[in-house]
Order: sequence, then C-alpha cells, then structure tokens
Amino acid sequence: MDKSLPKSLIITGGHIVDPSQGIDGTGDLYIEAGKIKEIRSQKADAAAPGRRNPSASHSDIRTIDAAGKLVLPGLVDMHVHLREPGFEHKETIKTGTRAAVRGGITSVCPMPNTVPVNDNPTVTAFIIRKSFAEGACSVYPIGAITKGQRGEELAEMGLMYEAGCVAFSDDGRPVMSSIVMRRALEYSQTFHVPVISHCEDLTLTDDGVMNEGVIATTMGLKGIPAAAEDIMVARDILLAELTGGCLHIAHVSTLGAVRLIRQAKERGIRVTAETCPHYFSITDDAVRGYNTNAKVNPPLRRQRDVDAVREGLRDGTIDVIATDHAPHHRDEKLREFDKAPSGISGFETALSLSLALVRDGVLTMPQLVDKMAVNPARITGIGKGTLSAGSDADVVIVDTAKEFRVAADEFLSKGKNTPFDGWLLKGIPVITVVGGIVFERQE
Amino acid sequence: MDKDLVGIKELSKDNITAILDTASSFKDVLRRDIKKVPALRGKTVVNLFFEPSTRTKTSFELAEKRLSTDVLNFSVPTSSVVKGESLIDTVRTIEAYGVDFIVMRHACSGVPHLIAKNVKASVINAGDGTNEHPTQALLDAFSIVEKKGRLDGLTIAIVGDVLHSRVAKSNVYLLSKFGAKIRLVGPPTLIPDLGEYGVEVFHDLDKGVRDSDVVMMLRIQMERQSKGFFPSIHEYFKYWGMDMRRLGLARSNAIVMHPGPMNRGTEISSEVADSPQSVILDQVTNGIAVRMAVLYLLAGRRDNG
Amino acid sequence: MTKELLNKKDIERVLSRIAHEIVEKNKGTEDLCLIGIQRGGVHLARRLAVRIKSIEGADLPVGSLDISLYRDDLGMRKSHPVVRRTDIPCDISGKQIVLVDDVLYTGRSIRAAMDALMDFGRPAHIQLAVLIDRGHRELPIRADYVGKNIPTSGTETIDVQLEEEGMQDSILLQVME
Repeated sequence: MDKSLPKSLIITGGHIVDPSQGIDGTGDLYIEAGKIKEIRSQKADAAAPGRRNPSASHSDIRTIDAAGKLVLPGLVDMHVHLREPGFEHKETIKTGTRAAVRGGITSVCPMPNTVPVNDNPTVTAFIIRKSFAEGACSVYPIGAITKGQRGEELAEMGLMYEAGCVAFSDDGRPVMSSIVMRRALEYSQTFHVPVISHCEDLTLTDDGVMNEGVIATTMGLKGIPAAAEDIMVARDILLAELTGGCLHIAHVSTLGAVRLIRQAKERGIRVTAETCPHYFSITDDAVRGYNTNAKVNPPLRRQRDVDAVREGLRDGTIDVIATDHAPHHRDEKLREFDKAPSGISGFETALSLSLALVRDGVLTMPQLVDKMAVNPARITGIGKGTLSAGSDADVVIVDTAKEFRVAADEFLSKGKNTPFDGWLLKGIPVITVVGGIVFERQE
Repeated sequence: MDKDLVGIKELSKDNITAILDTASSFKDVLRRDIKKVPALRGKTVVNLFFEPSTRTKTSFELAEKRLSTDVLNFSVPTSSVVKGESLIDTVRTIEAYGVDFIVMRHACSGVPHLIAKNVKASVINAGDGTNEHPTQALLDAFSIVEKKGRLDGLTIAIVGDVLHSRVAKSNVYLLSKFGAKIRLVGPPTLIPDLGEYGVEVFHDLDKGVRDSDVVMMLRIQMERQSKGFFPSIHEYFKYWGMDMRRLGLARSNAIVMHPGPMNRGTEISSEVADSPQSVILDQVTNGIAVRMAVLYLLAGRRDNG
Repeated sequence: MTKELLNKKDIERVLSRIAHEIVEKNKGTEDLCLIGIQRGGVHLARRLAVRIKSIEGADLPVGSLDISLYRDDLGMRKSHPVVRRTDIPCDISGKQIVLVDDVLYTGRSIRAAMDALMDFGRPAHIQLAVLIDRGHRELPIRADYVGKNIPTSGTETIDVQLEEEGMQDSILLQVME
C-alpha cells in the first residue's frame, strides 16, 4: 500500500455516512493535522459559493476526489487476533495492522491469547509499545479475564486497564466456571469495561471440529452442537442479570443465541453482541472436501442459523460486526482436518462481505456503519467511529461498485486462510486514512 | 474413473459395477495353482498405514503381490506424539521414491482426500477416521451378490456402532445407490442421522432383524469412542448382540456378515459366527479379489488430461 | 469406407478347412485342446470343435482365455479394461493346445496368451489358428492355421462380426477416415 502524510487533506464529493452526526449525503471532508476539521455538505457549498477554507495553506494540501464513492468513519474491529507476542509466524502487529488498514479498519482490539498471555500490565505495555512503533492503525488491547486464560483466577484487570486494555476476554476459550464468570462480571464494573464472552461449553464440544449435523456425519467429522454455544450464552446472560455487569457476547453464530440475546435485551439486561462476516455469509457446506480454510470456532452453521444472524443484525439484536481475524500459517492449515487450527483471516474481506447486507436490504448504509464503527467504538469506549470535528482523522473511502476476486495470496496479512478465496465480491475500500495518514490500495 | 479411490460417495453406480465384475475374474485367478498375473508388473505401491491393521493391510498386500506389483510397507507409529515431519512431507517423500499407488489408512477423516490432491500417485483409502472404508463396502457388496445374486430390494440390517463405523457408512452409501432396503440397528447414542440415504432406524434388534436377508454386524470399537455411549458390554450384548435366537428371526437363508475382527460374546455369539449362514470367511477371500480389481482398474484408467 | 471380405458361406468353408488341417497335422484328436482368446476366438474355437467332432467323432475340450491381465499396454488403450472369463477345462500340461483367435495382427495378443497359458501348466505344444492374418507383425509369431491372408495398411481395420454376438457372420475391411 502507498502511504503519505499530507498536512491537510480534503476528501471531496463523496457520499459521507456518519451516523454519529446524522450525516448521510454528498459532501467534502476536511482534515488537518491528523484531525477532522469539518464536513461541508454539498448543499451548504451550493448555498454559499466562493467560500474557501481559510486556514489551509496551499502547499501540502492533498485533495482526494471521492465522487461516486462512500466516505465512512474508519472501521473499528473489536475482535481480532494479532498473534504477537508468541506466534509471529502467523502474524505480527505490523503485518496485521497493515492488513486491517487495507480492509478499511483503523482501530483494532487484539485478544489476549498470545504467548505469554496478555494477563498482566507488562504484556499489555509491550503490545501498546509495539503498536506505536510498528502499527499501521490504532491498537486497543483486550486483557485476559483469568490468569493464563486458565479460567481459575481473575487476572489483574485494574492494572491492565491502566496499561491500556479496553475490555477483558478469555477468547479462544470460554470461562467454564460459572462462579469465576460471576466474579469477573462483578469485579470488572470497578473499571466500567465490558467482559467479552467466548460462549462455548467445552464438554459438549468434546473433540468436535465442525458444526454437528448431516454434513459432519457424512464426512466422518465429529460435530459441535449449536447447544454448546447456546448454553453458555444463556448462562452468561443470567450472570449479567444477576451481577449487573457489562456483558458482550463474541462471535454469535446460532439461531438459539440470537433468540436468547433478543429476549435478554427485551428484559433490559445489559448485554451487547457481535457476529462475524462468515456467520452471515456461508454455512457448514463450505467445509465440504475437507476445506480447512472453513474450519473456525464457533463453526460455520446451518442456513437457518445464518438467516437468524442476519435477522439479528437487522433488528438490532446484534450490535457489532467484527472479524475475529484469526490468521494461521499455511503449513498449519495444510494438514488433517481434525488437527488444523481454527480460524479465518478476515480483515481483507470483511467490509466487502458486509456491504452485501446493504445490497440485500438487511441493513441500511448508516446501520452498517453503526455495526462496524459506531457501536464497537462505544462498547469499548475508545471514542472512534465518528467524523465529528476534532476526532482523529480515521476515514475509509469505499468504491461500492467495484468488483474484485479475492486473492488470498495477495493478502497483506500473513494469514491466507480464508474460505472466500476466489470469490467474486463487490465493493472495496480504496483509500484508508489513519490519523491523517493516507493509505492507498495497490492493485 | 478418477485417479483415486477415496470413498464410495465419489463413485458412480457404473464404477462400482465395473469393480464388482472385474473382481469376479480375479476371484478365479485366486483359485488357480499359480495365483499371480503380471498385470501390474513394474508398478510400485506403498501401504501407508498410520493406524494399526492386520487384516486390511494383509489383504491389500496379497492383492498387490498377486498382481505382480512391487510392495513397500510403511507403518507410522500413531500413539507416539511424533513432532517433526508433517503429514504432507511424509507423503511427498514417499512419492519421491517413485510410487504409483498409495494405499493409506489414517485416524483422521479426510486425509486421503488431502493427500490425493497433493500427489500424482493414485490414492486408495483403506480407512479414514469415521468417514469411509470403501474397499470394505465393495467386498461386502460382492459377498452379498455372490450369495443373493443382487443388491436391489434386499433388506439389509446393519447392527452396532454405526456412528463411529466407517465400514457401516461406506456400506450405507453403496447399498443405497443400488436400491437395497437398509436398516440401522443399535442404541440411540450410536445411530447417526443418515435419513437422506433412505435408511430405517431400529433400536430393538428383534424388530430390526426380522425378515432381513443380510445381517451385517459391526465391531464395538472400544478404541474410538469417548465414554458413555452405553453402560456396559454385558448390557450391550443383551440388547444388541447377535445370537442364534435372533438370527432365527431373519429369513431362513439370511447371511451373517462381519468386517472383523470379531469380539465373540460382545456383538456376536460364537454359534452365529460359526454357523453355516456366516459368510465372514468368504468376505476375507473376496477382499483380496476386490482389492485386485480396484488396483487393476485404477492402473488401467484412461487419463482425461 | 467398408468392404466385405468374407461372407457367411466363405467363413464356413474356411473353418471347415482349418478343422481338417488341425486334425491332419495332429494325426487325430488325442490330447488336443482348443482354447479361444476372448472374445472372437472363443466362438471360433467352439465352432471348430463342432466341426472336428463331425469329422472325427471326438469331443474336444474347448476353453476360453482372457488375456487382459497379461497385456503390455495397461493404461494406454481407449476404453477401460474389461476382464472376461478364463475357463481352462482341462489340465493343459502335456497337451497339444490350439490357440484360436479371430485376427492376427502385431502378435502381442498371442504373446500375452502364451504367457497366460504357461501360468496354467506346461503344454507339450502350442499351435495357433486364426481366421485372418492381416500382417504387420511386431513380434516373431506365426500362425499354424490361417483362414485367409489379407494384407492391410495401418489406416485399415478388420472387423469380424459373428452370429454369436448377435450380428450376421461377416468379415469387413474398414478404412479409417
């Protein structure tokens, strides 16, 4: 990607969608010194012709013509795996953030299942330092709920919070013990941060490797029933109710989970939820032929689960679309299905797959921006997801008409593991601005 | 025909018929004094078994030798946590020795499919996880046709741990292609949903075996199941074990089959195993003929480019 | 373009002559066994046995031999190999075997047939009877009894049609376009 840092940046003629300000129309976006200066709608310009921006000097201004394209706040991905420290062969903070930026994502929240686990302020500080030094976008770490993610003792939430963690999760693993989860939901309220739950009853998962069902049976692969997810969703909702804690449900994939979250919200329980593009785009059919690139946890489910997730996005049950970007080295996926690690490298296809929801009438464009920027920013409290004056200049320009074929080999991420390789998608981020720095997509 | 035999699901009815017809000729060869033909002379096969097996391995080895193939045997220890060479590397190394066929058995479903995509040699699946064991189903079909003359319209009861049995699954896929009436019999915890293949499910063995033409007993696989599918062997045999009384409920000329090795007293009583209705030993002989047919037809297939 | 070389009557006369020649050369039918090579040779062997019976009054054992498993061209032919019946009705060791085939061409089929026969025992003699010899031998093989010599070129094929296969008895020369 090409990178440049002009002192001033004007993005002209684009269709700006900024739900935080209720903006949804053509306009010009003015950026100065890495911050949003103002938005001028086309109507305002037409009403007051001849008005120029007085404070920009003429040298060092870059103008980007965004006519016919969307201009959105930079996306906020609150569920990613950057793999550093410990798994640098799969991804690093440097390569992961560059891949994120290519996907239009300007803020990421990496999960703590690194080596060592991010369960103490030292590791948090390491991640933050590395991100400042090498990251292409903003990085807000998520700390572990329990020490070593072992599910037994609470980790030092306060110290991690002060070091920069914005939420806590044992993601990769569930917190199997209800009493430990209870304590986590209670204790975390001291710092007013959410507890993000990876909902999975490991005893029901057993050695399962894909969704339990007819396809698993005829492929001779052990299945994971949807109930494994639903049971923990139910449990965590009840614990949130009991404790008044702030619960966020990660990677919702089942009809049962959507139903439970909907009911919980109706009852006024403080719970938010996220899903990932694969859960609203493909089913367990994608595993056929033993395609390890379709092996993910939670597993790809059935059509009725996909339909329920889409409905959950539509009616607001699901607040966030996150990627759960989980890169793995090619060698790790080129092996026995049972033994291949789970995960999809999602940064570079997320927005394109999500735009389909707008084309299909599941979401309006402002609603999509809510799911991918406004809500995740609000839930993690990071103050992003908006183009209001004074905010960090995190912007993504999207060409919604452009068609392209997904080429995993060309991903900037080290992880080429995606079931969407070769797919023809429509809509792609062409320019991403991070704090005023312009990244242009190379073809 | 494809380059590989990874499963019955990937075979057409015509493919299967060709294999069974060719197997008849090979059974004749096995009756001669000189039980050998030079058909695959100069070809090399490697038997790559990642899971222990005596009978399947021996059967394949004999079939290969009867066709004058050069045989290599690789037994890879399974219980040892061997870090180091990946599966793909192991197989590519073997291919570099210049083999034409890889006969492989592995504990993980889908491994033959992965290997077939990554090597030029023809891959024959000798059993992958709980997915398929295609040559077993072929020899079972051959054995049934030998005694009954056909497959369509026969009532065939498959009894036991269907959930974990690749033999059962391959048989379901094959028999359903030929219009047999399939019954799956066993405890609810061990019968998966194979409704799309037109099977009937019974949990009562007496009902399941009544008036059937073929009774196919499955081995209770201790090594492959997690605990808790049934409480004890004693109870299992009482409800789902085949004894002479139950065999008497089947048609009078019904045949009894078992892929072996048998657990006498667990799923099958000694009297049944040794009864004149048992074709268990014929299955063994037929296995060699069927495997010869598979190797021969794969060697002779026309490459479509 | 197709041309009929022999019609039903011609074939009958030729087979009668060959039957007489076999009996003459072997001075009777003792220890004689006819083995037809699948497929065309099998029908012809049976017909020859019938004629020999009417000449000598003796029943000859007639067998069939499928040579697919002994061919040298596995994987190179157009259609996938179909293995047919091999039925050797007697112990061939010490016997005079007459191999019967419809067309003798390169000689490779006969080479395969001899290899196959050897796996069944040790015949005293092997003789070869063919309906048509079309030349172009690639191996040093010759027939003892020939119905008709028909020189051909590589672009021509000889098609032997027999009643036993549901057609009229006829031998056709086809030129490939």
